[in-house]
Amino acid sequence: MNRILKILFVALFVRPLVFIILGLNVRGRKYLPLSGPAIIAANHNSHLDTMVLFSLYPLSVVHKLRPVAAADYFLCNPLIAWFSLNVIGIIPIARTGKINKNGIFSACHEALDNGDIIILFPEGTRGEPEKTSKLKKGIYHIVKDREDTPIVPLLTHGLGRALPRGEALLVPFNCDVVVGNTLPPAASSDELLALLNDAYARLLKDCLTYTGPA
Amino acid sequence: MLGIPENAFIAMLAVLGVLVIATVIQFILRLKRPDIDYRELTQRIVSWWWIIGLLFLFLTIGTTAAIVFFAFLSFLSLKEFISIVPTRQADRNAVFWVYLSIPFQYYWVTTGWYGMFIIFIPVFIFLLIPVRMVLKGETDGFIKSAGVLHWAAMLTIFSVSHVAYLLVLPEKQVMAGGVGLVLFLLIMTQFNDVSQYVWGKLLGKHKIIPKVSPNKTWQGFVGGMFTIMLVASIVSPHLTPLNQVEGLIAGILISVSGFFGDVVISSVKRDLHIKDSGNLIPGHGGILDRMDSLIYTAPIFFHYIYYLYY
Repeated sequence: MNRILKILFVALFVRPLVFIILGLNVRGRKYLPLSGPAIIAANHNSHLDTMVLFSLYPLSVVHKLRPVAAADYFLCNPLIAWFSLNVIGIIPIARTGKINKNGIFSACHEALDNGDIIILFPEGTRGEPEKTSKLKKGIYHIVKDREDTPIVPLLTHGLGRALPRGEALLVPFNCDVVVGNTLPPAASSDELLALLNDAYARLLKDCLTYTGPA
Repeated sequence: MLGIPENAFIAMLAVLGVLVIATVIQFILRLKRPDIDYRELTQRIVSWWWIIGLLFLFLTIGTTAAIVFFAFLSFLSLKEFISIVPTRQADRNAVFWVYLSIPFQYYWVTTGWYGMFIIFIPVFIFLLIPVRMVLKGETDGFIKSAGVLHWAAMLTIFSVSHVAYLLVLPEKQVMAGGVGLVLFLLIMTQFNDVSQYVWGKLLGKHKIIPKVSPNKTWQGFVGGMFTIMLVASIVSPHLTPLNQVEGLIAGILISVSGFFGDVVISSVKRDLHIKDSGNLIPGHGGILDRMDSLIYTAPIFFHYIYYLYY
C-alpha cells in the first residue's frame, strides 16, 4: 500500500515538479546505486534535494529509497508525520543526542539489512542556501561495522536558489546533480568526512550552475 | 490539409522528408562503418525528430496551441539562462516576476494586441524588475542583477514571442498563412546554421572572432549567406507575402542576424566557462544552444515583413 502511494507520489507529483518546473543537469548517473544496501551521502540545501533524488530512480525502485530525516522536524505535526513515514518513507532520527549512538541508528541498520538505499544528509540541516555546512560524524557510526555498504557521494547545486530554507515561494531554476565514485573505506570518522569533503569539492566543478571560483 | 494552408503543408512534408533522408543516411553509416562511434549523430537526429514532431503537432492543432508551445519554449529558455548566469539569492522574487511576464506576453499575442505586445517587456517589465528588487532592499550587486534579469527577459521572452506573433498577423499570403511565416523563419534560420557550418568545413580558413568561436570563418559565413539568399528568394513567394527580391533581402537579414545570435550566446557561455547551457536535448546540449540564432532572427525578420506589409 505504502509502496503504491510512493510510486503515485513520485510519478504524479515529484517527476512533473522536478522535470518541468525545475530541470536537471545530471552528471555521473552511472555511479548511482540501483540496489541496496547502499548509502547516498548528499549535501542538503532544500526540501527539493529528496525530491530530486527520487526522480532519478526508476519507479520500480523508489520504495527502496529511505531518506534519513530529523524526527523533531518531520514528526511534530501528525499530518506531516503520516506523510513522511508512509509516503516518503523517511527513517526518523533524533537530533537531541539523548539516546545512545546504537539506539539512534538502529532504524538505519534495519533498513540496510533490508537492502534499502539510505539517503543521508551529513550536514544534518539545510543551512544557508548554496553553502555546505560542517559535516556531522553520524555517517561513520552507521558504516563502521558494515563493509558491505558502499557510500556514494552526491552533490546538488541550484536547489537552494529554487527553494531555500524558510521560503515558501518556489522559483524555477535548472539544477545540477553530480554523482561521484563510491568512497574508499575509511578508518576513522575524521578520515571519512575528509574523503566526503574532497568528493564534494571535486563534484562541484562539474556543475553548470556553479559560477563561483573554479 | 489538416487545416494547414497548402504551401505550409508542403513545406512541412519537405522538412519531414529531409529528416527521413538524414535518418536513413545515419543507418547506412552505422552499418558501413561499425568501427566509428556515431552515437552523438544518432542522438542529434532522434532529438530533431522530437523537436520537429512537437512543433508540427502544435502548429497543426491550432494557433492557440502553437502560441502556448512557444510560451513553453520561452519558459524553458529563461529557466536555462537564469540558471547559468550568476544571480543573487535576493533576486528570487524578481526572477519570479520575470517568469510571470511569460503568460502576459503570450496572452497579448493571442489577442493580437500589437501595441501591448511590443512595449510590455521593453517598457513595463524593464521598469518593474528594479522596483521588485528595491522592495527587497538588497543593494549589493543591484546594477548587475537588474541588467541580467532584463536581458534575460528580452532574449528569452520578448525575442521568442515574435515567432508566435507571426501566427496572428493578418493573412497576406493565403496559400501559406501565419504557419507559412513561422516555417519560413525557422527553416531559414536552421538552414543558415547548417550551411555556414558546411561551407566552413569545406572552405573555412579565415576566422571571424577566434576568441569567441574558433569554428566561425568568413568562408562559412559568406557561403552560408549566399546559400540562404538563393533558397529564401525561391521559397519566399510561396510561404510569405514577400516577392523574390524582398525574399533575397530577408535571406541576408536572417543569415547575418542568425550568425550574431549564435556568437552572442557563445560569448555568454565563454564568459561562464561552460560548453553547453544545459543537457535538456540529447546530442544538442541545452535549449539555448538550439535557440541562439532564432533569438536574433525572429525579431529582425518579424519587423522586416511588418514594415513592408502590415
